[in-house]
Amino acid sequence: MEQKDDTLFIKLIPYIDKYGILLLIAIMLLVLHLLQPDVFFSWRNITNIFKQISWQSMLALGVFMVIVTAGIDLSVGSILMLSLMALAISSRAGLPWQIVVLVAPAVGLVCGMINGLGITILRMPHPFIMTLGTLYIFRGVGNLISGGVPIGGFANQIRSIGNGKIKLEWLYGEGAAQYIPSSLIIIIIIYVIFWIFLNQTKIGKWIYAIGGNPGAARAAGINVNRILVLVYTLCGFLAGIGALILAGRTGSAYPNAGLQSELDAIAAVIIGGASFFGGRGTVLGVFAGVFIMGLLRNGLNLMNVSVFWQQVLIGSIIILAVYIDVLRRQFGTRK
Amino acid sequence: MNSEEKKIILKTEGLTKHYGGVKALHDADFTLADGEHVAIVGDNGAGKSTFIRQVTGVEIPTSGKIYFDGNLVNFKTPADAKKAGIEAVYQNLALADDLDVPSNIFLGQEETYFNLGPFSFLNENKMFKQSIDVLAKTGIKIPDIKITMNNMSGGQRQCVAISRSAGFASKLIIMDEPTAALGVQETKQVEKIIRSLKENGVPLIMISHNLRQVFNLVEKIWVFRQGQIVGCVETSKTDGNEIVSLITGVKQGVGEEASFI
Repeated sequence: MEQKDDTLFIKLIPYIDKYGILLLIAIMLLVLHLLQPDVFFSWRNITNIFKQISWQSMLALGVFMVIVTAGIDLSVGSILMLSLMALAISSRAGLPWQIVVLVAPAVGLVCGMINGLGITILRMPHPFIMTLGTLYIFRGVGNLISGGVPIGGFANQIRSIGNGKIKLEWLYGEGAAQYIPSSLIIIIIIYVIFWIFLNQTKIGKWIYAIGGNPGAARAAGINVNRILVLVYTLCGFLAGIGALILAGRTGSAYPNAGLQSELDAIAAVIIGGASFFGGRGTVLGVFAGVFIMGLLRNGLNLMNVSVFWQQVLIGSIIILAVYIDVLRRQFGTRK
Repeated sequence: MNSEEKKIILKTEGLTKHYGGVKALHDADFTLADGEHVAIVGDNGAGKSTFIRQVTGVEIPTSGKIYFDGNLVNFKTPADAKKAGIEAVYQNLALADDLDVPSNIFLGQEETYFNLGPFSFLNENKMFKQSIDVLAKTGIKIPDIKITMNNMSGGQRQCVAISRSAGFASKLIIMDEPTAALGVQETKQVEKIIRSLKENGVPLIMISHNLRQVFNLVEKIWVFRQGQIVGCVETSKTDGNEIVSLITGVKQGVGEEASFI
């Protein structure tokens, strides 16, 4: 009888691996609903959560790809800030909104490419070092070009990207307050595109292969350095998209934008089940990781729990999530 | 079986590799006929792996020429050698641990629906079916090829690595210690694959420390010592004593009781 239970457990492992995190989200939703029955599941609160996690989810997706290659990008918060400042300055200079819209993703892309080229051409011993350097450099440059002061006043078209509302009057009747935030649509589109990119294309497969065993990828004829440059460039590009969304939400560029958000992004990726040593993780997992952090902050705010307790809780969840992963690998893997 | 008439598939002239002041490989002249199976033997540090690394483009030789399939070649990367038709199975098992069997077999040369360069969409179904064919051809049994490599035994991993190179239409297969660290059954499986390559006329270079295996599997033995080629003998015209004395550089034989014969 004992034996049978054991094999059932082993059989369940792949499912726990795949869907365990969704189960965790379901439990969190249920608990939060029971604790705050009136507020939590209101349209307003749920859309709020998605608005709050919108720009972090872009950073987390970029950092996730980098972590899959067994690298790290500490500079995404600074890339976000620099892209945001560049957007604000080009907006203040009176450029048409069609161009201003392109500035943030373009600046992010160039910053990411600098990271990628630095890591490969300068042969930095670890991406940690290169991106630690650019963490300071990009934020410094952002403050230099802005003079270290907030810059506000964006065109409505720019603001509508991060702050737009798609009204659901056709569904709920005239004058209904229900709406879908435009940032949610952006999250869905970007995540679906990157899911396809990572799971259905050659490069996506190579990105996982590089993280699993860079020597194997090289021996298979894959140009590892070129792929790494692409991954860091895309990571920077996503930080630029994050800046565009944040510009809409805050309506101004400020010196502390994205401060320490690289750590939030790494935390979300790790909670989402990606291996810190590369080669393993899913796009859905990243989204779940971001969502869990968003739920936690939202729920604790609703219950007026101090922000300091939030830090303690998020830290504990990171350690717990990785410990569960350690246990799972102990049972599931031959080593 | 007159090897004179056969086409030369690989030839090196004066192949030399120095790492700083260390002469890892010096003035190596090597030839391999089409369809021929040879072994490279030698003590640790004799230059066997260094020789292989030059031929497969992992490293660039200090000097010397490599002719492959009739042409002077100058491989800059493993990808160049692979394109030319040289498949290598490395000692450290070049497999991506977190990918499944089809992904590993097709790594770097994936099947796609239509060609968009690196952004091509993968045809997972086709790769899955072809992987089953490839594994069947080499007689390897893996219960579920959708599980990832880090869940497999050393023997299964080695078999996947070998069928990866054997599965494609390659002109030359190079194996570095294919059965090191394998059990008895798994070694037999790998040896079976090597024999099937011989039947199919695919030439093979194998580095091995196992002289019994070398005598069983190949027709020619190249002996390396201290970075130089010190001899090339046909398996049918030699014995373990001669090979061992070539490897060690000691003229007289060591007797039949030597443990590694």
